[in-house]
Amino acid sequence: MGKRTIVPFGPQHPALPEPIHLDLELDGEKVVRAVPSLGFIHRGLEKLVEKNDYNAMNYIMERVCGICSFGHSWGYSGAVEGLMGIEVPERAQYLRTIYLELSRMHSHLLWLGLLADGMGFESLFMNCWRIREQILDIFEATTGGRVILSFTKVGGQHRDISDETLKKIADKVTTLRPELKRICDVFIDDESVKNRMCGVGKVSTDEAVELGAVGPTARGSGVNNDVRCTGVGKYEELGFAPILEKDGDCYSRCKVRVKEVFQSIDIICAAVAKIQAGPVSVPVKGPAPEGEYVMRIEQPRGDAFYYVVGNGTKYLDRARVRTPTDANIPMIVKVLQGCDLNDVSMIVLTIDPCVSCTER
Amino acid sequence: MIHSYKEQHITALTPDAIESKADEMKKAGYRIEQICARSKDGVTTLLYSFDKDFDLQNFRVTVPQNMTAPSISKYYWAAFIYENEVHDLFGVTFTGLVLDYKGNFFKLEKPTPWKTEPKTAEGGE
Amino acid sequence: MTYLTKSPWILHYDGSSCNGCDIEVLASLTPVYDIERFGIINTGDPKQADILLITGSVNAQSISVVKQLYDQMPGPKVVIAVGICACTGGVFRHCYNVLGGVDKAIPVDVYVPGCAARPEAIIDGVVKGLAILAEKEKAEKEGKGKAATAAPPAAEAKP
Repeated sequence: MGKRTIVPFGPQHPALPEPIHLDLELDGEKVVRAVPSLGFIHRGLEKLVEKNDYNAMNYIMERVCGICSFGHSWGYSGAVEGLMGIEVPERAQYLRTIYLELSRMHSHLLWLGLLADGMGFESLFMNCWRIREQILDIFEATTGGRVILSFTKVGGQHRDISDETLKKIADKVTTLRPELKRICDVFIDDESVKNRMCGVGKVSTDEAVELGAVGPTARGSGVNNDVRCTGVGKYEELGFAPILEKDGDCYSRCKVRVKEVFQSIDIICAAVAKIQAGPVSVPVKGPAPEGEYVMRIEQPRGDAFYYVVGNGTKYLDRARVRTPTDANIPMIVKVLQGCDLNDVSMIVLTIDPCVSCTER
Repeated sequence: MIHSYKEQHITALTPDAIESKADEMKKAGYRIEQICARSKDGVTTLLYSFDKDFDLQNFRVTVPQNMTAPSISKYYWAAFIYENEVHDLFGVTFTGLVLDYKGNFFKLEKPTPWKTEPKTAEGGE
Repeated sequence: MTYLTKSPWILHYDGSSCNGCDIEVLASLTPVYDIERFGIINTGDPKQADILLITGSVNAQSISVVKQLYDQMPGPKVVIAVGICACTGGVFRHCYNVLGGVDKAIPVDVYVPGCAARPEAIIDGVVKGLAILAEKEKAEKEGKGKAATAAPPAAEAKP
């Protein structure tokens, strides 16, 4: 029976890319309780709906988070389009699907790199990010931005991407396959990596549902809540099927993300093959009608919930984002109970925390 | 049957029905999707969302004048994260919160920045 | 000697940023832009850092953390505000919880604008910061030198 100590973890910590504070109550080296403390990144940007009309709010929404930026822009625009009853053209839907999958690839590669860095596997971290740079090159060549794309707007896309460029994008991601296979095989097969991840942070299927976990975090425990199954974008036409794993530990969650990277390549190639010519946006004029609309998008980290309320003017009453990490935090609070102190950073990283998304 | 993302199920609910609805949703196997609030002219409205197999059910609740509502964290433990945020930003007190930060969830410059006051011509309280 | 400017160690902290500039800072450290080949290492320890790269604005909760990190760093030190949010508050400057740019908390030496700031701009900012670091180091040494010759050592006064 040891004495209990409280160790503060964060907000500045070498293992944490973002500021989050956890008070870890320890009994020896075992964590008895973890209490999260948020608020370091809370800016209160949702209140800016009062000063920015529904078009300008798009630029603010995509800056909720730099990693999940494209998804936020689609989710918000989609919610406003639903509120206003706007049907986005087919080509724009395909473009949105392609770019969300590119966004998913870059986000998962970023996470794989940070996971490797968290384990001390620096060369793997560097390799993941080196491959990721090639996806950022695609973003930069087509939209002008590496991180914040400003590509989606209410009504469609800002500009068209030519079929020739789309073909180049598909070819580029296909050439990444062998390199990605080499890297991902290390995550899946390497003994030292498996030792850090197998059996750590186990969450059963029922617990994942009860705690409201979303995204690869939940899919690693066999819970299918991948919103891409609900007909958003063009996923249904491209034959999308969610990836599920059974074991519920850090290794399963890592496997889900690794497989999703390869699945994204398949989706991008299929979308480029199927996309037809046509307009990429419809004109949007006038105020947003009174009413409310709920929209969900499958961000790289899970399902993001968008809720907009219109009041008959061009300023919305409310634009709410519930991001996937917000839903996953209760899960890590539960999972951290009973784990070793040294596994804390691994478990926190395993939900792919994006604290700026959570706090907005 | 897979539900489409376009389906909108938003139903009104009275504050005293919140707990029984949460219990009903829990027993039916729904997970908590989110809880949020909005405030206009002194009236605060909560939106509860639950999901099961892509069936998204939303419930709109108008918070009474005393700004209290029952917490559903005894049914859904994960609700603490949403209820604490609504408390800090909108000033709604949730009775029976299992993990209560008592206003310290977000340390803000000014408390309850989202709370609005009623617009009255005669100058009410 | 230019030990400091030839191999400065960086401390990177995210104030209230959206993460865009943070991943660009990390992208500067990884292959393609790779400033590690110049001897720059990203350390997690403020006591070992020469340059503080801050991204994002400051809010009520993070202002004390930023000040504490700055105070813990030994001199001479340089602060580089990366991204428009760190410079002035950016798109969020009218938000209720945003106090402004990083200069509301600590003195800033280099401002690197951009949303998100590109790795080329960040590297340029770091290089400008190195010049300021060299000046500060020189000023500190000269200041110590003057103090040594001006006041008589206390040990000599006592018998």
